[in-house]
Amino acid sequence: MSSIDFINENVNWKNITPGGEIYEGGTADEFCTGDWRVDVPEFLAEKCKQCLLCTPVCPDAAIPVKDGKRLDFDFKHCKGCGICAKACPFGAIVMKKEEK
Amino acid sequence: MANFKEIMSRPERLTGGHRMCAGCGGTIAARNVLKALKPEDKAVIANATGCLEVSTFMYPYTAWKDSYIHNAFENAGATLSGAETAYNVLKKKGKINSTYKFIAFGGDGGTYDIGFQSLSGAMERNHDLVYVCYDNGAYMNTGIQRSSATPHFADTTTTPVGSVSTGKPQNRKDLAEIIASHHVPYVGQTTFIGNFSDLHSKAEKAIYTKGATFLNIMAPCPRGWRYATEDIMHVCKMAVETCYWPLFEVIDGKWVLNYKPKTKLPVEEFLKPQGRFKHLFKKGNEDLIAQFQKEVDERWEQLLRFCEE
Ligand code: SF4
Ligand code: SF4
Repeated sequence: MSSIDFINENVNWKNITPGGEIYEGGTADEFCTGDWRVDVPEFLAEKCKQCLLCTPVCPDAAIPVKDGKRLDFDFKHCKGCGICAKACPFGAIVMKKEEK
Repeated sequence: MANFKEIMSRPERLTGGHRMCAGCGGTIAARNVLKALKPEDKAVIANATGCLEVSTFMYPYTAWKDSYIHNAFENAGATLSGAETAYNVLKKKGKINSTYKFIAFGGDGGTYDIGFQSLSGAMERNHDLVYVCYDNGAYMNTGIQRSSATPHFADTTTTPVGSVSTGKPQNRKDLAEIIASHHVPYVGQTTFIGNFSDLHSKAEKAIYTKGATFLNIMAPCPRGWRYATEDIMHVCKMAVETCYWPLFEVIDGKWVLNYKPKTKLPVEEFLKPQGRFKHLFKKGNEDLIAQFQKEVDERWEQLLRFCEE
């Protein structure tokens, strides 16, 4: 069982891990920060030249790269900062207002 | 060094779902330093108090795939020295087989100021670790108070601009130079440029050079610097093109300049996009910009001498 399954606002103090330690990595991956967005990037795949210049600039690791190619955005984590759209030399990322 | 596509195809070691601000430079720095680790190697990370510490590990949510130790403000260098020493003992006894690399992260507050003595100790003892400072030039986590990394004239909450103040009255110290004076095997200064090859190669050298190494990464903070969040790459580029933030490394005591702009741009190009320097562009404050420019020029000239350029 992952620590995020039982450590939450309702946890009994006896079940909190000693020293506030957790015994696994990368649990934040399960946390959604996508709902922070005001603007949202759109990926225009037909314009993309796969130069990957948009990938190191993302603070939220929200542009997955597989075997040297970028995929569509990870909208669970993207916060809509717009840095990737500015970094793309080919206009393959456009920022739009998020519809809620 | 692995090529850019390979580096970017490596698994993420700093996942999304952390609570750093949208567009945070500190996170870009940390994520890309970790990209320089060989996928088969593991890491032990210590983090001095700062935004990165409190927002990437909110119990029980950690964005770090590797082992991670929360620290106080002042002791990331000491904690990681201890962890590295313990690892060496366990390895010698045959109790650990895999390769671990030791990386400390701290903001400028936790590095230039509060964590300075434990950092200096770790460097002098030459532990096999790298200390990475993500320098955003103020105590951003507690509300933009000035640090010894804050540039001259910056508007911060403890050096507020008003009728009697033109921002921070003092200049900033050069930490990379101070650490180089510890005679450690590797020191690098970098920021975010193009495909990050400067940052990735410096991170790889720092991680895989035996002994104590140091990286100083200028990592803009959109809240504290008050530029448009999406413009971070432009701000970094201007810092380098104006020679405000030169890219250099010190390898076994030898200073090497990594980039020399063809035409050095006036420092206004770096200052202008940032709200914290807005007052410098008011009529009557031309002499303040001239003073800022003079300071940048003097440091650049000194660096050129160090690098024998
Ligand atoms: S908008 Fe910002 S958070 Fe979203 S993918 Fe682009 S760089 Fe990453
Ligand atoms: S920067 Fe633009 S062209 Fe390059 S990989 Fe990203 S989206 Fe594609």
